[in-house]
Amino acid sequence: MRQAVSVTLIVAVFLVLWQVLHLTAGTAIPGPGETLARLRALAATPAFWGHCAETGQAFLLAAVLSIVGGLVLGVLLGSHRLAGGVSEPILINLYALPKVTLYPVVLLIFGLGMSAKVAFGVMHGMIPLTLFTMNAILQTKPVYRRTASVMRLTPLQAAWTVILPAIVPEVMSGVQIAVSLALLGVLIGELFASQRGLGFLARHAMELGDMPTVLAVAATLIVFALALNAALRRLARISPRAS
Amino acid sequence: MPREAWIRLAVIVAAVAALELLCRGGAIRHTAIIPPSEMAQALWRILRAGTFNADIVTTFRDIALAAAISIGLGFALGVGIHAWPDLRLGLEPMLASYYAVPTFILYPVFIILFGVGSGAITAVAVMLAIVAMITATLNGLDRIPSALRRTARVMRMGPLSTALRISLPAALPYLFTGMKLSVAYAVIGVIASEFILSGSGIGYSIAYAYNNFDNQTMYGLMLLVILAVVVINTGLHMVDRRLNARRGR
Repeated sequence: MRQAVSVTLIVAVFLVLWQVLHLTAGTAIPGPGETLARLRALAATPAFWGHCAETGQAFLLAAVLSIVGGLVLGVLLGSHRLAGGVSEPILINLYALPKVTLYPVVLLIFGLGMSAKVAFGVMHGMIPLTLFTMNAILQTKPVYRRTASVMRLTPLQAAWTVILPAIVPEVMSGVQIAVSLALLGVLIGELFASQRGLGFLARHAMELGDMPTVLAVAATLIVFALALNAALRRLARISPRAS
Repeated sequence: MPREAWIRLAVIVAAVAALELLCRGGAIRHTAIIPPSEMAQALWRILRAGTFNADIVTTFRDIALAAAISIGLGFALGVGIHAWPDLRLGLEPMLASYYAVPTFILYPVFIILFGVGSGAITAVAVMLAIVAMITATLNGLDRIPSALRRTARVMRMGPLSTALRISLPAALPYLFTGMKLSVAYAVIGVIASEFILSGSGIGYSIAYAYNNFDNQTMYGLMLLVILAVVVINTGLHMVDRRLNARRGR
């Protein structure tokens, strides 16, 4: 209850500050009211939903590929201690790299379109999940492995019934990060070069100096990202834990 | 050098050599990726001719500024939030989901406020980097062992000397982890913003070279970014590991 009051107050202060910024910066920065009005106007146009669908489709593909790829690569690297030790620093450096510098390479390989955006989203999302999965496996209690070998489980059986359930909490945190970063990757790709999608819409509006649209798109994306993150956190909490 | 490091080196060398062979052999079009040896030559030419010196200086100055602001302000905000539990209660869920939000979408707002240039770019980088520092500060202050605080009280240390001699050293490993993340995020924030819209900097130069099909310059500068990031991160990572090993004692 106290937390709800605190959150409400912080959101209220934020909206007031936004309005003050709007009033002091003149008409350059639209206020919350104007942004909401523009969002409603946009929502009435089919073009806006087309952009949403484009971004949504790219994001969904990128998220699914990141999760599958990150899990598979993480399990492969994590099941071998030496492979994990060799690859971890490489993965950490790839993770810290501003991948946007590599976007032109992605564009040169995939061309301007959906596949380039998806590839770029996967580049962002897959590495952290690989790292989380790999480290979770490397740090499982040795007693689990010994139990699996005492029960004469085949490697596949051991992976499915022992190792995977043991690493669910870490994998869920990795999935959260992977999904957020896949969205970020798709959006940066669209902001830099694309012909469709919410990132394109924002960039186009930015070039026209149409700030209400920029903020309406930003608000849509922020609310979407926060809702998605909240849903994933809830999912992580109810998922079965190894105890 | 441990065995792992040798194998890692071998893996990297093999990957670069494979790329070189694929490019030379024609399996990868020269218009898509140029061989790594050509990238290195291009970078050497760029550095010797000094054509991009001004851009390189701009980028690293903005990164340093953004990292310094994020670390200083993030630490101060972290201390403030730590001292005000009611505020923290409300902020905690927002801090936890902050990195889910694509901050770059607000870049146009900063362009309106500060104009195209270093101001807007530094602002985006600070927005990206500061929250890592705030979270690390909160984390570090939370984990000061209560035995240390009690010792300070037993020794009748004043608030200032407690902060300087007890709290700060105890929280240092966590603070440094925050600094490391802040630097990494500052690099990403600056270069990505330059890429999306700006008039100077390494990111802008790469985007410009891309738009002009100037693959030599583009890959030379990309190599520069990759090398710089690897050197910075490896250095910070080594200091981080030493500090955190000390904590374990």
